[in-house]
Amino acid sequence: MADVVSMPKLGFDMAEGTLVRWVRAEGETIAKSSVLAEIETDKATVEVESAYEGVVLRQLVKEGDIVPVNTPIAIIGAAGEAVDLKALGLQAAAGAEAAPAAVSAPAKAAETRPAASIDDKQAPRDVFIQPSEEEALMPEGVRVSPLARRMAKEGGIDLRKVKGSGPYGRIVKADIEAYWEAAPKVEERAVMPAGETVRLERQVDQVVSLSRLRSAIGRRMVEAKQQVPHFYVTHEYNMTALMALRKQINGYVSEQEKISVNDFIVKAAALALRVFPNLNASLDEKKNEVVRHGSIHVGVAVAVENGLLTVVCREADRKPLRQIAVEVKAMVGRVQAGKVRPEDIEGSTFSTSNLGMFDVEHFIAIINPPEAAILAIGSVKEVPVVENGEVKPGMRMKATLSVDHRVSDGVEAARFLQELAKYLEEPLRLLV
Amino acid sequence: MAKITMREAISQALWEEMERDERVFILGEEVGVWGGTYAVTKGFYDHFGEKRVRDTPISEAAIIGAAIGSAMTGLRPVAEMMTINFAFSAFDHIVNEAAKLHYMFGGQFKVPLVIRAPGGGGRQLGATHSQTPDAIFAHFPGLKVVAPGTPEDAKGLLKAAIRSDDPVLFIEHATLYQVRGEVPEGDYTVPIGKSKIQRPGKDVTLITYSKMLELSTKAAEQLALEGIEVEIVDLRSLRPLDMEPVLESFKKTNRAVIVEEGWRSFGVGSEVAARIYEEAFDYADAPIKRVAQKEVPLPYNRTLEQMALPQVDDIVKAVKEVL
Repeated sequence: MADVVSMPKLGFDMAEGTLVRWVRAEGETIAKSSVLAEIETDKATVEVESAYEGVVLRQLVKEGDIVPVNTPIAIIGAAGEAVDLKALGLQAAAGAEAAPAAVSAPAKAAETRPAASIDDKQAPRDVFIQPSEEEALMPEGVRVSPLARRMAKEGGIDLRKVKGSGPYGRIVKADIEAYWEAAPKVEERAVMPAGETVRLERQVDQVVSLSRLRSAIGRRMVEAKQQVPHFYVTHEYNMTALMALRKQINGYVSEQEKISVNDFIVKAAALALRVFPNLNASLDEKKNEVVRHGSIHVGVAVAVENGLLTVVCREADRKPLRQIAVEVKAMVGRVQAGKVRPEDIEGSTFSTSNLGMFDVEHFIAIINPPEAAILAIGSVKEVPVVENGEVKPGMRMKATLSVDHRVSDGVEAARFLQELAKYLEEPLRLLV
Repeated sequence: MAKITMREAISQALWEEMERDERVFILGEEVGVWGGTYAVTKGFYDHFGEKRVRDTPISEAAIIGAAIGSAMTGLRPVAEMMTINFAFSAFDHIVNEAAKLHYMFGGQFKVPLVIRAPGGGGRQLGATHSQTPDAIFAHFPGLKVVAPGTPEDAKGLLKAAIRSDDPVLFIEHATLYQVRGEVPEGDYTVPIGKSKIQRPGKDVTLITYSKMLELSTKAAEQLALEGIEVEIVDLRSLRPLDMEPVLESFKKTNRAVIVEEGWRSFGVGSEVAARIYEEAFDYADAPIKRVAQKEVPLPYNRTLEQMALPQVDDIVKAVKEVL
């Protein structure tokens, strides 16, 4: 018996395609997997392969017709075989030949039942619900739970190919899941260009619930980004001296006391904040007051699985670098081990976020309310710099300050970044 | 935590609220000298005196009418209906006065009234004294309706009801007074209008309240032996009805059974099922089932009465039908 080729569905949202060109005319022979026609979708023109071998007995649509997906477009069979549309269940589609404009309505009728008998024998996993008289009255002849219907729609699954295990053969969630398991590959094979061996597999979306931490970060960041008017100022620092000093110091101290670039920045930022107390501050909107904090507690953002926390280096302006290094290292260790203490993460008055270890040129951070500012630090890079009209290699690092415009303005932010330069570019100041 | 009976929990709530606020007083039939038909107010008369624990004539309309008047003028009455079946005699006062005065006088009056009313069947009291008309009262905006299933919730909800400025119908179940449960020490309230997950599970959501919580829990224990994990949502309040935990649970399990003691038609199950379909239709993987009382005036004969009331087996069967 003859076989039917239908308009393939090439994407979740594809509802119809235009048959641009018949590659094989009626009466021509066609090999399995060779190109039968070209169709155009919203996104591209692709070739439709024949899943069968034989002679093109009948073209059911004309070039230029817009055809809904799953609608039969051609019949392929043995040479000289009589085409019995009725036997193929395509009786209604017969009219479509003469009046292609009316294709969709009859084709829809053809869609429900006949496809079953066609695919039945070639794909054993495609089990069909045998329509009882009662079921024939159901819309589309398939019983399906609302949830399963939605899953099928989202997954682009043809429900007529799913076997229902519920009462009266109702397709339920478990059946859709079983279908996924058994048949992850879809009909794309039929439309791959000839000779192509790549198989397109349906990729399943992964749905991940937000962790509590992620939700909390989300809430805070939405609040900050929506309510705090941010502005940003970026400054580039010459890090040559600091990198050399760091190398020298780390040669003297134990592994535990080794000082990171970030430790230098924490100390430098804390000392700069002494000069700019307005940036070590919180806005109290209710009272219309800015609270300039007496102590300088510098927050350091630390990545944890699926989120981040800010550990707090207290009184950072008054602590020697070695103490900062040891304390921050201990807090980061506790955060990563999931043993963080409340005092490790509470009470920062100014925050820093450093992505330097990830080869980042620069970035901008969202303020951590109720703080007034946050410093985002990029990587220290060896770059060509111009000194006295000559290009030379040099160590540079960019840092961007995000500031609450209700508390401060651009000039103050720029001056703070200049003050910071004093310490980062002449790092001996950090030691005396 | 101490394990006490439902009766003690309700009694404690009343006692503590009367000690806390001298505007709180009790009125009803046989609540004083006799100590209450279900002995909830035993000892109150001697301690608080006849002014605050008032025996009334046998007239429910008079009880609720007096309670509404005193509530409007600054007291906080707790009126006891000997059974909820007798509340029909005061129906007009409850749903047409108490529930509406605040609204009809543009907020000038508040009606901080609590009506305690034991209901439910199973004690062979005949068709007129065994009803569960909770849904009827929950139909009226302006009246809060709560019906706890555990001593902990009973105490906390009754305290919340007494402190509420709105009229609250507090439905007790006549066969739950002896049920024991853990109750927190000290003063606490349970918010009115908050449903609660009483038992976590992943396969089916069982929505229930009051006495049926006890039966549903037994059904869940039986089903657990077969590996079926039932999640029980206790509505606790019928108005306001908190659907959040119900919908959250249903979106997880995709299946629901609603268990109520009242009749199925126009009942709590109908309302909950409709809301699930309205708000989570695309999560349904099976039709929602209702377990309810057979649609007959409840028989006196013990065997027939038990046949008409929902039983553990009915719940087990319904759960299996939606699986």
